[in-house]
Amino acid sequence: MSAVPALPRPARQWRDGELAVLLLLPIALINAIGFILPVLNLARYSFNKSRIGGGMEAVFTWENWAGLLSDPFYLELVFNSVWISLAITLTTLVVSYPIALYLHRASGSWRTFLTVLVISPLLTSAVVRTYGWIAILTDDGPVVSAIKAVGLPAPSLMFNIKGVFIGLTEILMPYMILALMAGFGRLDPRVEEAARTLGATPARTFTKVILPLTLPGIALGCLLCFVLAVSSFITPKLMGGGRVFLLATEIYDQAIVTLNWPLASTLSILVLIVFGAALWAYSAVLRRLD
Amino acid sequence: MEIHKTSWPMRIIVFLLFVYLLAPVLLVFPLSFSGDQVLRFPPSFWSTRWYSALFANSQMLKAFWTSLSLAAVVTVLSIVIAVPAAWVMTRLRFAGRDLLFNIFTAPLLLPTIVLGLAILIVFASFGLLATMQGLVFAHLVVTLPYALRVLAVSLSTQDRACEEAARTLGAKPLTVFFRVTVPMLAPGIVAAAALCFLVSFDEVVITLFLTGPRISTLPVELYNYVYNQADPLVAAASALLILLTLGVIMIVERAMGLGKAFVK
Repeated sequence: MSAVPALPRPARQWRDGELAVLLLLPIALINAIGFILPVLNLARYSFNKSRIGGGMEAVFTWENWAGLLSDPFYLELVFNSVWISLAITLTTLVVSYPIALYLHRASGSWRTFLTVLVISPLLTSAVVRTYGWIAILTDDGPVVSAIKAVGLPAPSLMFNIKGVFIGLTEILMPYMILALMAGFGRLDPRVEEAARTLGATPARTFTKVILPLTLPGIALGCLLCFVLAVSSFITPKLMGGGRVFLLATEIYDQAIVTLNWPLASTLSILVLIVFGAALWAYSAVLRRLD
Repeated sequence: MEIHKTSWPMRIIVFLLFVYLLAPVLLVFPLSFSGDQVLRFPPSFWSTRWYSALFANSQMLKAFWTSLSLAAVVTVLSIVIAVPAAWVMTRLRFAGRDLLFNIFTAPLLLPTIVLGLAILIVFASFGLLATMQGLVFAHLVVTLPYALRVLAVSLSTQDRACEEAARTLGAKPLTVFFRVTVPMLAPGIVAAAALCFLVSFDEVVITLFLTGPRISTLPVELYNYVYNQADPLVAAASALLILLTLGVIMIVERAMGLGKAFVK
């Protein structure tokens, strides 16, 4: 085809297309083999029949789905995961908002320095940060010792949902702060100033001016953190000590320990459905804001 | 701006929240010098025994070299593959370009636990489990979207006057690309490379599905270690990892400014 002499313009466009295909081939191959094929395969696996001990039959059955939706253990698992993730998301929002607002108002090298402080945990391995939390919350750790020193009964913060909650909230904070800051662009200091000079109290300025203007950032941050919380695995696994059951830890256990790949696939697709629901809620909120 | 003078209560709240945010990362430094046999803070006495223990742990050392070589190979491949792809995405016009870009960056939207399982199932039939090739391939799936995004942003904000000048002066397209576009893209390449390196070096969830006794990476070994016991050994490893991360961040900061690279 390229050997046929053609009009200059089409020939030039054809070469562009050829070049594009050639240069995009490696990334397209990796995307197709390492992403699209595995995900489609995963969806297919959720309809396979599993055999006890790890084998399976390539048939088409709704067994996994029906079993999942009728088993109280899994219904509770899904309900717990969603509920805990929502609670963690809201807590993350509450503890991130002041930092984001402060960073938004800071300027110069102070702001750069603080932004680096916010981003650095993000670049530190989740294993390292979870380990740090284990060290802080363990029975001989600083928090429990401090509570004992005051004379209060020592709480158990490890190997239960409390520890997972505290650790995961901190681990998600940088994402929330960055999302909030991205959304704070709409917050013009002059608007706030106007509200204050017109006699609004700080509290009223916050609820009537600052909060409404930052709602898009809040929505984005919440979507991001919810999605990350639902799929978080390292922190619940290490801090839960085998006693905290969430969707992500169950997927891993089914895949690696029980070797029930069809059920693990079904749970994975369920996570994606929860993601879809979160995304739908997010766009519904955005539509109402506009 | 006077009205924005942050009040003292607010400053104290922000300070405490920063303490909360940084506590786990900061705590591992003093903890790594603990002399205790168990995880206790503050330690009853100080020593460097856990650093000695770490460097005497052949399994950890082997995993560290695996992680380092894996991250290096993945970084180089990511740049080599993503630079031309980002160039096509920003310089050529064709139907379905935005769709393709979204497909190429889509792996970032998928939770790693799902992607890890999906890749495990496919790799099991290809015989790629617990192999270096398998790990490189799986890491590329997650690093390429980052590289593509950072490089595409750099390329689209690049001033094209130089490229056009070179072209009008008779330079061939390849010459323009290697003598003008790539040198001007250097800061973006450094940022993308640093990001790919960190993502690959720290990746644990997907890797956990694909490693075995034959081959393992440092984060996976640390994960297994913490899962089985809690002593200050991992604090020593964590402290060194954080210093390594800081080093990489400093390179990015020098090259293009951290804000530009990550707050996009």
